[in-house]
Amino acid sequence: MLDKVSLSFEGTTIFDQLSLQIEGGKCTCILGPSGCGKSTLLKMISGNRSIEYQGSIRIAPGPADTNLTAWMSQNDLLLPWMSLEDNVLLGVKLRFEVSSSLREKGARLLEEAGLGAYRKSLPSALSGGMRQRVALLRTLMEDRPVLLMDEPFSALDALTRIKLQQLAAKLTKGKTVLLVTHDPLEALRLGDKILVLAGTPARVAASFEPEGKSPRDAGDSIVSEQYPLLLKTLMKQ
Amino acid sequence: MILFRLAILGAGFTLLWQLLVSITGAPHYILPGPGPVCNALINNWSTLFNHLQITVTEILAGLAIGTLLGCSCALTMFLSPHLKRWMLPVLIISQAIPVFALAPILVLWFGYGMASKIAMAVLIIFFPVASSFYHGLRRTEPDLLELARVMDAGTYGVMRFIVIPSAIPAFAAGLRVAVAVAPIGAIVGEWVGSSAGLGYYMLHANARMQIDNMFAALTLLSVASLSIYFSIDFLLNKLIYWETPQELNHARGM
Repeated sequence: MLDKVSLSFEGTTIFDQLSLQIEGGKCTCILGPSGCGKSTLLKMISGNRSIEYQGSIRIAPGPADTNLTAWMSQNDLLLPWMSLEDNVLLGVKLRFEVSSSLREKGARLLEEAGLGAYRKSLPSALSGGMRQRVALLRTLMEDRPVLLMDEPFSALDALTRIKLQQLAAKLTKGKTVLLVTHDPLEALRLGDKILVLAGTPARVAASFEPEGKSPRDAGDSIVSEQYPLLLKTLMKQ
Repeated sequence: MILFRLAILGAGFTLLWQLLVSITGAPHYILPGPGPVCNALINNWSTLFNHLQITVTEILAGLAIGTLLGCSCALTMFLSPHLKRWMLPVLIISQAIPVFALAPILVLWFGYGMASKIAMAVLIIFFPVASSFYHGLRRTEPDLLELARVMDAGTYGVMRFIVIPSAIPAFAAGLRVAVAVAPIGAIVGEWVGSSAGLGYYMLHANARMQIDNMFAALTLLSVASLSIYFSIDFLLNKLIYWETPQELNHARGM
């Protein structure tokens, strides 16, 4: 993927000739303070035409096209009037592509996430962590080459967050994931590559690849070494 | 449970009514007591029932057509901002003109039969439904629309699975208002020009100084309106199965 992007919004330059290359098949974490434009970047990559920018965003092999991305946000965005299994199948339903094999896939995903018993329940019966799990499954159901995740676990408590991070790491193995987060610990646990985005206009302040395979334990030496350094880099901006 | 409460309300109201009559000593041609009205109800039951059927039909038909029209308008305005710019002013003007002023014209155009009364009811019902549904449609959560966009959803898919269901609670609020005022349309239409219905009956009973008959008709009308309102309320609650209406719970100190 290639960016070479400029974006202005209401007089402030958010991105100025920003160029990024994201490697396929790996989880790239974009780490940065709130408001630096990380969410906007994801929306641009997902093909939101209402954001006008100069430059180009390309997902190999073609231009940035919604067909190639799946998106998930901090808000689980589950439809309260649909059961869990219908919510997982939302993309398929919206495109009118429902088939029995896809239904089975949805049911399997729910089982894998430990929510098989709640297949027919409404989202209101679930806790926040369970709902975000369903949102994750919905995103995976899309079967798109690029997964865009916008601070997906930041609204959850610490324990639930760790469980979801494990689940996400397990289910997204081998896929191209772009995970936006403001939590350095999350980036260290999940990222195959970490890009620190900060400043106005936002630029890549630091970029490195932590050793070891994700998900890394919080007690891992790599995590405990890099965490204070990352924190310092973030605070400096 | 609710029947029990209604029964108590009815009994209490009747008691107050009788007290009022006894204390003020009002003559039977000004304020008849519950006794005479009950008699009138029983004596004229078959006539009253026929008129009741006609009025109820007018109300229900007006509700059906008004709701359909209102929803179509709302959807059209939502899907076409261009049309909306033309339709919204017309919609508002339709409400600024008092329905009572239009009643004679409607009778002129649609005749003495049920059609003019139904048209009246439609005029009263149509705006609350259209307005609340339209604004409900507009208040769909933006992130949901963003998600649908990333999923390559078409307009029909988005409307059917996301926008319309999310607007139904707002629509229900508008419909409840419409149901409560629908009888006004039917009755006013009957006053202006008709040959049947409870409004017609009330007018003529009044002219003949048969006030007890008039009150009997009024009682029937009230019961009918209440029944229609609670039936529709019940259906709406079933329709919005995913929400449990909240109330401030004083027992919890909230």
